[in-house]
Amino acid sequence: MSRCLYCFTPYAFPLSWESLFNLHTDNGLCEECSEKLEEINGDICEMCGRPFSLFPEQYRQENTCNDCVRWESDIVWTGILAGNRSLYVYNPFMQEMLSKYKYRGDAELAKVFYNTARKMYKKEFQKHILVPIPLSEERHLERGFNQSLLIAEGMGPVHNVLIRTSHEQKQSKKNRAERMNMENKPFEAVEDVSGKKVLLIDDVYTTGSTIRQAAKTLRDAGASSVSSLTLAR
Amino acid sequence: MNFFDETSPDRINETLMRFLYGRILLREELPFSDEELRDSAAVRSAGVLRVNGRFVCNRCENNEQQLFASFSCFRCKRESCHYCRHCIMMGRVSECSELFEASSEHETWPVHNSSLSWEGTLSPWQAKGSEAILDAIDKKGELLIWAVCGAGKTEILFRGIEKALTLGERICIATPRTDVVLELAPRIKDVFPEVKVSALYGGSEEKDCPGQIIISTTHQLYRFKQAFNTVIVDEVDAFPYSYEQTLQNAVKKAARTNALFIYLTATPDKKLKKRAETGKLQHVKIPRRFHGRPLPVPKFKSSWNWHKELKKGKLPKPILNWLRTLQETDRSGFLFIPSIKLLETFLPSIQNIFPSAESVHSEDPNRKEKVLRFRNKEIKLLVTTTILERGVTVPKLDVAVLGAEEDIFTESALVQIAGRAGRKADDTNGSVTFFHHVKSEAMNRAVRQINLMNKEGGK
Ligand SMILES: [Zn+2]
Ligand SMILES: [Zn+2]
Ligand SMILES: [Zn+2]
Ligand SMILES: [Zn+2]
Repeated sequence: MSRCLYCFTPYAFPLSWESLFNLHTDNGLCEECSEKLEEINGDICEMCGRPFSLFPEQYRQENTCNDCVRWESDIVWTGILAGNRSLYVYNPFMQEMLSKYKYRGDAELAKVFYNTARKMYKKEFQKHILVPIPLSEERHLERGFNQSLLIAEGMGPVHNVLIRTSHEQKQSKKNRAERMNMENKPFEAVEDVSGKKVLLIDDVYTTGSTIRQAAKTLRDAGASSVSSLTLAR
Repeated sequence: MNFFDETSPDRINETLMRFLYGRILLREELPFSDEELRDSAAVRSAGVLRVNGRFVCNRCENNEQQLFASFSCFRCKRESCHYCRHCIMMGRVSECSELFEASSEHETWPVHNSSLSWEGTLSPWQAKGSEAILDAIDKKGELLIWAVCGAGKTEILFRGIEKALTLGERICIATPRTDVVLELAPRIKDVFPEVKVSALYGGSEEKDCPGQIIISTTHQLYRFKQAFNTVIVDEVDAFPYSYEQTLQNAVKKAARTNALFIYLTATPDKKLKKRAETGKLQHVKIPRRFHGRPLPVPKFKSSWNWHKELKKGKLPKPILNWLRTLQETDRSGFLFIPSIKLLETFLPSIQNIFPSAESVHSEDPNRKEKVLRFRNKEIKLLVTTTILERGVTVPKLDVAVLGAEEDIFTESALVQIAGRAGRKADDTNGSVTFFHHVKSEAMNRAVRQINLMNKEGGK
């Protein structure tokens, strides 16, 4: 009998047709917790991977969402990020899960995402090297681990190409102009990535600006393309 | 040395020790500098210990190896720094964490003579419970108060707490639910106006030294060590499965040596019952409600194939009749069903004939608001899963369970559900109906239990 990674309830993996044919990806969660996770699939913004089913039709322009259209129409950012894919909807359960993982520091919860992340990696991002979004020294010490690095390590060999140049400020506290501004670069590349395809790993895609800042730094360091994978969107 | 200098080392040490007495806290939880901590008499220890090759959490005393995990730690640079997952919600305790504590040996609390300011009177049964507690305050040890739902257990505690305060003792009331902490704290503050009372729960802002009376969720007890002369554990049978043993340890750890433990419950589990019945655990039964009327006895009503009918989108006939009857009265209704899923499929057909019906379940973000509207009689019928079985009291209430034979409705859940009806002195006759496809053993036992209490209370 193993215990659910999230709620600790002992559970037996149900022997169903799905599990016999291994259609179900094991995430270490009991059935109840598993059901609360909403996997993103179906009709999504081809740029940022957000599911169209979850927001009003008027924010959509063909296969892209308005946010992405805006990013792409800014010459500084055109083509910087090849695309983002996220595993799960950032619903209340996912918020709770990620807050327990990041802020309470329950590193073990990274395992919930290993199999799904690996699957996505294999399917969509072959031949990409894995680069996690770094934390500042200060934040890293406070937390004891980097949540994005831990996820990346579960997927394959990691390249710690990026470092933070300054203590991260909450993206949500900046306005859009500040977020789109490239003046004070938050990241620096410490390795040459010339001609490489990079897959950035982060926990949540919210405004997309952290990931684009990192992508820009990597493109400047020679990367031929930069995509990203996040746990939640 | 200037005695009045707030910044003198002795003064700081005293403030620090006051802050720490009876507690065990992480470095991050102490608002003092490293120097101040170093110069103080606080005792420090590692967060996670290895005893005979097994990990033990030094804060919550969890020793179940499955609930320890490790990560490559940026702080201590260990490849695998182990931490306790059991008490993670209160901040991570890992091998490189430092815990600080201060022995409460030299700690004193004010002596309060006649601190109770309460004008109410106790029912004869309540008085019996109150006497037992007064007695136990002297003797210490353990005491089980087995009180039916609606017995008025808070008032039973007043005199005992008052007596403990005359001895300069420190008291904790621990309960599994935050709702209860929020409800109880103002009442206790009210009747003990001169005593410092603190309410502790996940997210409560208590940066100060906690008071002489602590009302706390059981989890917050992990942060206490040898603090209390009396620990009152409310709803002792309500702990989630995985926490049972560790919470018991936490309760023991939070108490001083030679302390008194009082357990309150309407539905003791098998273990407690056995210990009480074989005389190993001192106990007192309060079989009557404070208003003196017996408990409503559940009626069984067959609802053959209720499951299939619901699947077809039909309301079973017996339920339909119950709903119609309720509609014609000025009473409120509580309808319990076995799962959230059923709740969702079932609600529309109820709302068809009962537009003011609402549903609520444990993960409902509007739970608080709906319960309030139900109390205010804006919602006449609340359809719910078992989460509301404890705590919610509404006047003029009828209660029904659909699918009472389902596993989720254990004996104690059914006793608690039945205990919602007839609580107010001006309406003691609320009805309780168990609709079922087949009868379960739990249903029979619940009714037997209620009848037994009524018989004992009739003496
Ligand atoms: Zn679970
Ligand atoms: Zn988009
Ligand atoms: Zn622990
Ligand atoms: Zn460490």
